[in-house]
Amino acid sequence: MMASNYNAKEEDGHQPAAIGHGGAGTVKNKKPDNTAFKQQRLPAWQPILTAGTVLPAFFVIGLIFIPIGIGLFVTSNNIKELEIDYTGVDMSSPCYNCSQSYSWNSTKPCTCSVPFSLDQPFESNVFMYYGLSNFYQNHRRYVKSRDDSQLNGDKASLKSPSKECEPYRTSDEKPIAPCGAIANSLFNDTLELYYIDPNGSRTAIPLVKKGIAWWTDKHVKFRNPGGNDNLTVVFQGTSKPVNWRKSVYELDPSDPDNNGFINEDFIVWMRTAALPTFRKLYRIIHKKPNMTPTLPLGRYILEVTYNYPVRSFEGRKRMILSTISWMGGKNPFLGIAYITVGSVCFFLGIVLLIIHHKYGNRNHSADIRS
Amino acid sequence: MGSLLSQLGLECGRKEVKEEERHLRANDREFNLSYEYADNAIKTSKYNIFTFLPLNLFEQFQRLANAYFLFLLCLQLIPEISSLSWFTTVVPLVLVLSMTMAKDGSDDINRHRCDRQVNNRKVEVLIDGELRSEKWMDVQVGDIIKLENNQFVTADLLLLSSSEPLNLIYIETAELDGETNLKVKQALTVTGELEDCIEKLANFNGEVRCEPPNNRLDKFTGTLTLKGEMYSLDNERVLLRGCTLRNTQWCFGLVVFGGPDTKLMQNCGKTTLKRTSIDRLMNVLVLSIFGFLAVMCLILAVGNGIWEYQEGSKFAAFLPKQEGVNAPFSAFLTFWSYVIILNTVVPISLYVSVEIIRLGNSFYIDWDRKMYYPKSDTPAEARTTTLNEELGQIKYIFSDKTGTLTQNIMTFNKCSINGKSYGELLDFSGQRVEINEKTEKVDFSWNNLADPKFCFHDHSLVEVVREGNPEVQAFFRLLALCHTVMPEEKKEGELYYQAQSPDEGALVTAARNFGFVFRSRTPESITVVEMGELVTYELLAVLDFNNVRKRMSVIVRSPEGKLTLYCKGADTIIFERLNPSCSKLKEVTTEHLNEYAGDGLRTLALAYKDIDPKYMEEWKLRHHEASTAMDEREEKLDALYEEIEKGLLLLGSTAVEDKLQDGVPQTIEQLSKADIKIWVLTGDKQETAENIGYSCNMLREEMTEVFIVSANTAEEVRKELQTARRKMRPDGPEEPTVTKSRSGLFCLLKTETVADEPVDGEYAMVINGHSLAFALEKDMEMELLRTACMCQTVICCRVTPLQKAQVVELVKKYKQAITLAIGDGANDVSMIKAAHIGVGISGQEGMQAVLSSDFSFAQFRYLQRLLLVHGRWSYLRMCKFLRYFFYKNFTFTFVHFWYGFFCGFSAQTVYDEWFITLYNLVYTALPVLALSLFDQDVNDRWSFQYPKLYAPGQLNQYFSKRAFVYTVLHSGYSSLVLFFIPWAAMYDTVRDDGKDIVDYQSFALLAQTCLLIAVSIQLGLDTHYWTSVNQFFLWGSLCVYFAVIFTMYSNGMFLIFTSSFPFIGTARNSLNQPNVWLTMLLTSILCVLPVVAYRFLRILLWPTVNDKVRYKVRQDKVLPPAPRRVQARRTSTRRSGYAFSHAQGYGDLVTSGRFLRWTPKSRPALFSQTDSPLAQTQPQFYRTINEGGEPPLSP
Repeated sequence: MMASNYNAKEEDGHQPAAIGHGGAGTVKNKKPDNTAFKQQRLPAWQPILTAGTVLPAFFVIGLIFIPIGIGLFVTSNNIKELEIDYTGVDMSSPCYNCSQSYSWNSTKPCTCSVPFSLDQPFESNVFMYYGLSNFYQNHRRYVKSRDDSQLNGDKASLKSPSKECEPYRTSDEKPIAPCGAIANSLFNDTLELYYIDPNGSRTAIPLVKKGIAWWTDKHVKFRNPGGNDNLTVVFQGTSKPVNWRKSVYELDPSDPDNNGFINEDFIVWMRTAALPTFRKLYRIIHKKPNMTPTLPLGRYILEVTYNYPVRSFEGRKRMILSTISWMGGKNPFLGIAYITVGSVCFFLGIVLLIIHHKYGNRNHSADIRS
Repeated sequence: MGSLLSQLGLECGRKEVKEEERHLRANDREFNLSYEYADNAIKTSKYNIFTFLPLNLFEQFQRLANAYFLFLLCLQLIPEISSLSWFTTVVPLVLVLSMTMAKDGSDDINRHRCDRQVNNRKVEVLIDGELRSEKWMDVQVGDIIKLENNQFVTADLLLLSSSEPLNLIYIETAELDGETNLKVKQALTVTGELEDCIEKLANFNGEVRCEPPNNRLDKFTGTLTLKGEMYSLDNERVLLRGCTLRNTQWCFGLVVFGGPDTKLMQNCGKTTLKRTSIDRLMNVLVLSIFGFLAVMCLILAVGNGIWEYQEGSKFAAFLPKQEGVNAPFSAFLTFWSYVIILNTVVPISLYVSVEIIRLGNSFYIDWDRKMYYPKSDTPAEARTTTLNEELGQIKYIFSDKTGTLTQNIMTFNKCSINGKSYGELLDFSGQRVEINEKTEKVDFSWNNLADPKFCFHDHSLVEVVREGNPEVQAFFRLLALCHTVMPEEKKEGELYYQAQSPDEGALVTAARNFGFVFRSRTPESITVVEMGELVTYELLAVLDFNNVRKRMSVIVRSPEGKLTLYCKGADTIIFERLNPSCSKLKEVTTEHLNEYAGDGLRTLALAYKDIDPKYMEEWKLRHHEASTAMDEREEKLDALYEEIEKGLLLLGSTAVEDKLQDGVPQTIEQLSKADIKIWVLTGDKQETAENIGYSCNMLREEMTEVFIVSANTAEEVRKELQTARRKMRPDGPEEPTVTKSRSGLFCLLKTETVADEPVDGEYAMVINGHSLAFALEKDMEMELLRTACMCQTVICCRVTPLQKAQVVELVKKYKQAITLAIGDGANDVSMIKAAHIGVGISGQEGMQAVLSSDFSFAQFRYLQRLLLVHGRWSYLRMCKFLRYFFYKNFTFTFVHFWYGFFCGFSAQTVYDEWFITLYNLVYTALPVLALSLFDQDVNDRWSFQYPKLYAPGQLNQYFSKRAFVYTVLHSGYSSLVLFFIPWAAMYDTVRDDGKDIVDYQSFALLAQTCLLIAVSIQLGLDTHYWTSVNQFFLWGSLCVYFAVIFTMYSNGMFLIFTSSFPFIGTARNSLNQPNVWLTMLLTSILCVLPVVAYRFLRILLWPTVNDKVRYKVRQDKVLPPAPRRVQARRTSTRRSGYAFSHAQGYGDLVTSGRFLRWTPKSRPALFSQTDSPLAQTQPQFYRTINEGGEPPLSP
């Protein structure tokens, strides 16, 4: 990039070398410093791949991975999980009717009951999820269609939400709170669970709706504007999301700690999923103090207030009941993967060992022409 | 681009119209100003304060990469397209721009400083009839200025008058053309009369018309019109800027060209930017990556179109469509969105990192103590910092001889006088004693005129001289008289010799030390101090040297009136002309000559003859007649010389050592072991070149054959080349195998590659300049190339600088190999510039070669370190860097590609935007930099031990298109693992408290952490040399990553910059999950496992030299044996020892008196303050006189 190789200094021989002619002895010695860094002699560890290191490594990895894999697999298998698709695609499905006639604005809720039975009891805490498939919560335009400042209780953003929220930014010239496509599409089915006693009577199973969101979300990321008191006043002058039946401050009027932006169902929904098939925590069924299982085996009924339309995009709705372990929910993949990788490692170790024994002396003869 | 711009700037600064003729009048500023000639201020700087920012930015955005990023930035400003926040592009771009800007700025400040320094120099200018001290930059065309001794010439001047007789001045042009000898310029007599009379000078109103500014240093045409008379002006009258006035008290000159118009400035600026083959490959790769990028984006865009059509329309309830965007348009937008996201395949940091790595590796060269030459205090210097890795790929070396292989120092080593050989030390048993530094030197203190630097080890010779042995005295008398050396005595007793050839200098210096001091000469006499006695000989004739005669003689009359002819010349020639009475002596001397020749010494035979005065009278008449004859003068003179140089009496012979630089034979041996072919291109004679070829082991006695091509017609040359080729390869095809291919950007370059042809046995070829001129013709160059490339050694002698460059170009063109040219003189500049890499030997013949070189050091032997150690490492590091860099970025990017299939092709990123911004700049920048600055496969001593390690570079093995494809496949695999393992592991799972974990943010965190760990481990696998810095950078980067994510995902950051850091809490909430860590472990192992297995197998089954040496290093655990000192091999066959590197015509010069200026006694005061700076740098006190107009050849 230099414009020219000409340098005014060079012209007249003013390089140190040229000065050296006359004033010998006055110029500083130009001998480079003798440091390990400058002479590229930094002490270093120089590993090379030898049979002595590679083969044991393979065996060790194999030996570590297989037990881990088995452990994971067993753990995952011990988790009890029950999944019920209540989309209502089949004519035979109890929710078929509801799924056919849907409208965001219908005042009359459509309900359907899905019976199911547990053939083994669920112990400890049982978690109830709703799952959606083919739902692109990770679509770029969807993901960015929110205003974190507004959700964090910023009053300015409440009045004029971010542009990212378009087209769900304003409605009737009033700002939407919470704005954006994510909030607008809040999952609004209501799921209730009943245990059918052997004698036929229904017992409602207590579903806890708090403690389902991340602590950080609930306490840091999401905040109601102006604290939690009198949300009606605070949200005055805002409009509810187009698809919502009620305003944000009516999400859970009974509990001021779970209302408005800090409504946990809302928070959970706002944490967008990474993949088009996902499940979100809906309710928790706490274990009972005595030894009885949380959900004994038997017949149950899932009462669905069917509001959420998914048929149009061939989506599916599920209800999942699951226990958990130290490694989370049921997912046999990790266990199988670990076992496979461990075995492959071990096998590869053996193959390499054989090859090494057969051909390994090539290297030793070090017949290098110097 | 830069140069173009600055040229534009220069051009604009001047006039738009091209100057046709320069017209100026002395002492008439108004008149001259009307032409608007440039004044003497120079400007090499590019910017000033105001233009810096816009100009620099403009320049920078002309680089493709920067422009591309600017384009990306513009794309990001379109909200429909923008898939990433603006900062992901802006931060790296600003960083890169500001770094380059800082560098350019500091460079320019330096240039400003230099300019200022030069422009503010003072010079005396004649203004309004008086001399005023003015700054250089205020000097105008047409001004008359006064220069004093040792001052730099201010501008291109027309010499008006000088202090010296005949209006001569002496200048040194080392800065201009690299020649250190003094040159003479002479003013016109008519202007010389002005002398230093200010009044006359002020009234001088000559008008000059001359050629427009140009860059020809050796040509000037113009006329001076004075008082109606026209005088023609040529190069002889002109002083060029850049020269230095020497040995001249003062001179006056008329400024003809100033500042940018001077020939010096016109000569610079056209630097062709050298690029390495990796650079070119990288350009091709980057282009193909762009293509690849476009394909990926296209696939995703089509995917998006289909998705929008099938799903998006139905999904509109939850995700309303943008207004006016249908599926095809959405696909179009998505294409650009993905261009932004996937741009990381060609990250901007690639270019910056490459520059940094090259710079770092250049510093290592500057810092290397093993390439520092203490005697001249010269460290090696990487003058170009962009070519390092090419040093590891050299296939052909073109070397100059004089000053490069040899020291250009001739030492009087041995002599044979009257049948007795001197100069060798024998011990008591008669065995030769090795002469080394410690051997006692002969004490010359009895001779107060002796040269203190001369050393000789045989004491017997001094004793014989001092005893007064007549033969020995005659021997040295001959050496003191028969030559064309010019003496220079600055102080009483301090003699300097200016010799036309260094051989002569050595011989005269030897005579001087042995008590026959050549003191001064006039055209008619030679004054010698013989053993302390001043003797003046009358010089009657100089029978000059020429190529046919191969001898020179002088005829002198001693004070006693005795007439003697002294002759020295090639042994064969002299022996033919000896008096038969010497036959016995001849035999003995021949034996000695054989011995000397076997030692690689240059020999001369010496003889004398007493002449009858009467005969001399008559001969002189005939000589006069012949020398004034109009026709056949040469022949007549030759016949006359032949007649008188007959019946000579043999005195003995001399042996002068053309000292090789230290370690040259070993270096050449090492380099040829590394499969590097060395061609010597020298201006020297064939005999000298061959001689050196033998002494530095390039030509060997055991070679099958040494072909000598020295023919006079094109047909003969072709025949000789063909004969040689058929001898080497009798069954070879007549037509060369030429592979035609296309390469370069868009395959625009057509290349032809001539395949290497294998031969049995070792051959060498010596070709002279005359034949080379024919052989380099278009129709024969292929023949030359084929024959030459079959030979182990090629020596081209008597070549001109232009031919040197042509040879280099020829090999470059048809071999597609990397070439290196090494030289020290101005005559090597052309080949240094032509070769891929030019190396200058600093120290001896001026700076010209060094100034145009890419690397410079003081000794030829450092070349092996430069190539085998620095070059190899640089190449290795650069290749490792590129492979790893592409790997890490491709892996990074491909994950986005896979994710596209799971997010509706919506250009959603997998990672956090901050991670995308910082990945290349922070998280992976330093570890890979450490890898490419510190890595070495084996240390320097092992590199010397096994020169074969150099071969992979020559074959482009470490980084090629193939390696690149391998890298791409590897990244493809890694990215599949890095996306699908976390995908499967996280699918439908939850945290250990039942809460969400498969949300977008947690998944992003998991994917990016997996990626970073995997690429870090891969880096670890690639690193062969783990210094603490590597460890620190690698672990440090990982720690920084975790520190940064915990900071960025913290409450504080979110509360302050809510919209910029939405990932709050993600790190805390997912990194405490065991399955997250298990996933990371699994991906890392899966990424590494195949690589380890593959590499292990490769080492096991197909080990490279590299692997073997590394294994050996590991096994031995000892340092390799110190490089053994190879004894220079002596060959005993006698070769023509004649190496009298003379040029014809100096006899005339000596007798014409043109150079005889020094009359030492008359003006000692002048020289006492003006030590010639040159004489002191020369190891021995003689210089080479070059005739003014002759183009410089290697002496």
